Amino acid sequence: MNKKILIADDEQNIVISIEFLLRREGFEVLVAGDGEEALAKVRGERPDLVLLDVMMPKMNGFDVCQALRSDPDLSATRILMLTAKGRDTEVSKGLGLGADGYMTKPFSTKELLAEVRKLLGM
Amino acid sequence: MLQAPVLIAASLLYLGLLFAVAWWGDRRADQGRSLIDSATIYALSMAVYCTTWTFYGSVGRAAVSGIGFLPVYLGPTLVMALGWFILLKMIRIVKANRITSIADFISSRYGKSHLLGGLVTIIAVVGIVPYIALQLKAVSSTVALLLGYPDIVMLPRSPTMSVAADISFYIALILAAFTIVFGTRHLDATERHEGMVAAIALESVVKLVAFIAVGVFVTYGLYGGFGDIFEHLATHPELQRLTTAIPSGQGYTGWFSLIVLSALAVLFLPRQFQVAVVENVNESHLRRAAWLFPLYLLLINIFVLPIALGGLMHFAGEGVDADTFVLTLPMSQRQEGLALLVFIGGLSAGTGMVIVETIALSTMVCNDLVMPLLLRHRRLGLAESKDLSGLLLGIRRGAIVLILLLGYCYFRLAGEAYALVAIGLISFAAVAQFAPAIIGGMYWRGGTRGGALAGLLAGFVVWGYTLLLPSFAKSGWLPGDFLTQGLFGIELLRPLQLFGLSGIDEISHCLFWSFLANIGAYVGVSLLRPPMVAEATQATVFVDALQETGPIGAVLWRGRAKVSDLQELVGRFLGPARAEVAFAGHLRRHGGRQGDKQEADARLVQFAESLLAGAIGSASARVMVASVAKEEPLSIEEVMHILDEASQLRTYSRELERKSRELTAATLELREANERLQELDRVKDDIMSSVTHELRTPLTSIRAFSELLRDDPRMHLPDRERFLGLIVSETERLTRLINQTLDLAKIESGRADWNACELDLKEVIEQSVAATSQLFREKEAHVDLDLPDNLPQIMGDRDRLIQVMLNLLSNAAKFLPPGSGRVRVVLSLLADGLQVSVTDNGPGIRPQDQELIFEKFRQVGDTMTAKPSGTGLGLPISRRIVEHLGGRLWVESVPGEGATFLFTLPFALQHELAVGQHEQPGQCGGRG
Repeated sequence: MNKKILIADDEQNIVISIEFLLRREGFEVLVAGDGEEALAKVRGERPDLVLLDVMMPKMNGFDVCQALRSDPDLSATRILMLTAKGRDTEVSKGLGLGADGYMTKPFSTKELLAEVRKLLGM
Repeated sequence: MLQAPVLIAASLLYLGLLFAVAWWGDRRADQGRSLIDSATIYALSMAVYCTTWTFYGSVGRAAVSGIGFLPVYLGPTLVMALGWFILLKMIRIVKANRITSIADFISSRYGKSHLLGGLVTIIAVVGIVPYIALQLKAVSSTVALLLGYPDIVMLPRSPTMSVAADISFYIALILAAFTIVFGTRHLDATERHEGMVAAIALESVVKLVAFIAVGVFVTYGLYGGFGDIFEHLATHPELQRLTTAIPSGQGYTGWFSLIVLSALAVLFLPRQFQVAVVENVNESHLRRAAWLFPLYLLLINIFVLPIALGGLMHFAGEGVDADTFVLTLPMSQRQEGLALLVFIGGLSAGTGMVIVETIALSTMVCNDLVMPLLLRHRRLGLAESKDLSGLLLGIRRGAIVLILLLGYCYFRLAGEAYALVAIGLISFAAVAQFAPAIIGGMYWRGGTRGGALAGLLAGFVVWGYTLLLPSFAKSGWLPGDFLTQGLFGIELLRPLQLFGLSGIDEISHCLFWSFLANIGAYVGVSLLRPPMVAEATQATVFVDALQETGPIGAVLWRGRAKVSDLQELVGRFLGPARAEVAFAGHLRRHGGRQGDKQEADARLVQFAESLLAGAIGSASARVMVASVAKEEPLSIEEVMHILDEASQLRTYSRELERKSRELTAATLELREANERLQELDRVKDDIMSSVTHELRTPLTSIRAFSELLRDDPRMHLPDRERFLGLIVSETERLTRLINQTLDLAKIESGRADWNACELDLKEVIEQSVAATSQLFREKEAHVDLDLPDNLPQIMGDRDRLIQVMLNLLSNAAKFLPPGSGRVRVVLSLLADGLQVSVTDNGPGIRPQDQELIFEKFRQVGDTMTAKPSGTGLGLPISRRIVEHLGGRLWVESVPGEGATFLFTLPFALQHELAVGQHEQPGQCGGRG
């Protein structure tokens, strides 16, 4: 069965590029444009991995991450945080909230794929 | 009801009440809960200044000279208002050195000299005894008056009356007994008398109430108020002169002298020194006393003139002595109760003065006259006695009786010679002789013992010759020849026209010559030689009294003494038990051990001496301590060196304190500056972080699309074209972001170029709408313009205003609903400028976001489609442009009903004035 990945980002062009990349690699891709939508889609669709942008409208990535991690049903969901703010504090905050990985924008598509595969145990 | 038994009973009851209050005050003091630790009680105790001389005599004086009674109260008022710092310094000095009296004060200042203390005591006793006589006279004559009730009989006291039949003799005895009970009740002969002060404060209240009661009775009972009295005056032309400002024959010199004299008296009269300085519990009380005491003086003087005028008119031609009006007016109206109250008030005024004055004088007589003599001639005898505190009290009690008897004798012999006021002024002039030695001693280091002695003697002699002896002559004691012909027939030596000085009253005359002699001798003799060791030491203690410093005396003592010897010495005068407690307390505070073999340090020696000083005066204390300690005399050079070091040390420590304060302030400033920097840093960090974020976001897409294209050469053409198009638009976004960031930075830093010129806003708007028409066409939106013609021009930068308009229009376009969008642009005229509004029918902006959107990088719209075209800088830049041009930019919106962005711009003329000549309208002529 194909692994299911949710892309949560409010930057349309970034979503387009990552969606194209992941579909080409054979993943099933879901898209959310803000934090609330992301949370709802995780609960509804149970993706294996969430690519979570930090700066999103309505609910930021940190809050989404925290909400996901406080829900025992969703403990199997892997979380990869993506942020354009590359400061160390941001990274450690994300990891402290229970994210499984962290990537700074802009990133190389190869590295992103490698990280995605690693988190999915492939 | 005014028979002798009633008077005696009322008097004794009143005195009993005073005693009860005094007993209570002492008891509270023993318990450590001082009754008199109150600024009000302190101020009231100062009112002991008002004696029977005030109570009865003011009216007498007003009856002769109108408001001539006033200067005697103006002096104290001036001292309290302007000279309180002298009093403060005296209080500090007295407390630091446990000084017991004014004689002790002067003696201590000039090297603890027995001779000076003795001289001051003699001057004080000679000067004050007539004053005490005055009180006896007042009390006894009022008793005699009341006993004559209902008749008002002015009886000239018969000189042949035997002492045993003389009522004033018994009054003197009762007062002596009372003073002994008040002043020397305690076995420990210390300087403070809390109970007495409490009783004196009560007396001040009683005499004030009594006097005001008579004043109200006369003014509003006998007459119909102040105005009525003065109306009645019209029928008594002989009294008119009393109401002129300064009655003729008195003169400004007389006023001036009286003010100076009373100002000095309120500082240096022994009783004033006692209550204001020695008995002061807390120097902060001085602040309230500075206005409360003058207020008291004002209150007790308000009715003086009405009573005097009322009495003169009421008793016109009856030969009633004006000094008795306060009493005789109520008597004449059969107001027995009021008359009794007045009598008690007068008794208060008299007893208050006598008690305090006698206690102060007896302390001086004991410490500065008798003790030094005893110490000199019976040193061995004293040394054998184990406990001398009983002897001390005995001496004081004896002195009290003696002083009162002296007063009585003076009253018997000279009492009829002068009116009350004259006797009081003679006393004032005597104590005024202390002024140069005291004030000079507190502010001039150069004064010496010799100078003080010479000055006091000279002043005293001149006072005696020009004031006291003439008063004797006028009493018929002395042949009056020397008054008219001068001493030894030398005309220049006529006591009332000394060296030909005439034309001024005798008080001014005495004041002039005695002060000339006193100050001249004090300064002249002091300058003859530099101060000696003891004088220099004490000069420092007194002159520097207001500076924060440790006990300087302890620094200036070198020698050997045993703790046990000192304690035994102190015990002999204060009682062994008290000495034991005091020494144990001191050693506990400052370290050291009690015991036979222990050596005392300089501080303990100083402590013992100050304890002794409180009981027997500083000069005797010095002698006694020297007798048990082996002292090494210091040379004047050593003393000067030590004093110099001490003062340098003080300077250094002040300098150090100042530096430390500066350092603290600097640290604080640094911390604040650092906080500001950190805040700036944080702001910069936030902006950098925002900018970084805004830059990284397009870069992310560009990189991702580029890599996708690179890694997949066989990508479908539509995808390839789409991705390349997105890459291009993202690079455009990056460029825009960079430009706007730089633009904003330029505007904010004030380095932006502004091309100000008068322009037509309508034209600017039309141009901007034309430039954005494509955007609206894409959204199929309708643009509605309402731009009136012929509006005034405004001053602005054309390009910048187009930038603002483009921003507002493209913002509106961004949020328009597809297909049904409407945008309305309105230009309107305000009172002082023009207003532009851009209204859309988009989703609107929530109230909490309406200010947020003007912050950098704060986009609140969440439409994914619109986002890439915004940088989050357009509105902040627009607002800054409008504000720079003197206008305002804001938004009004109801969510769901669209938003209206508005900005105003002032008219050209106003703005031109504000902008000045830097931005010339001519410069942009070709740019339109």
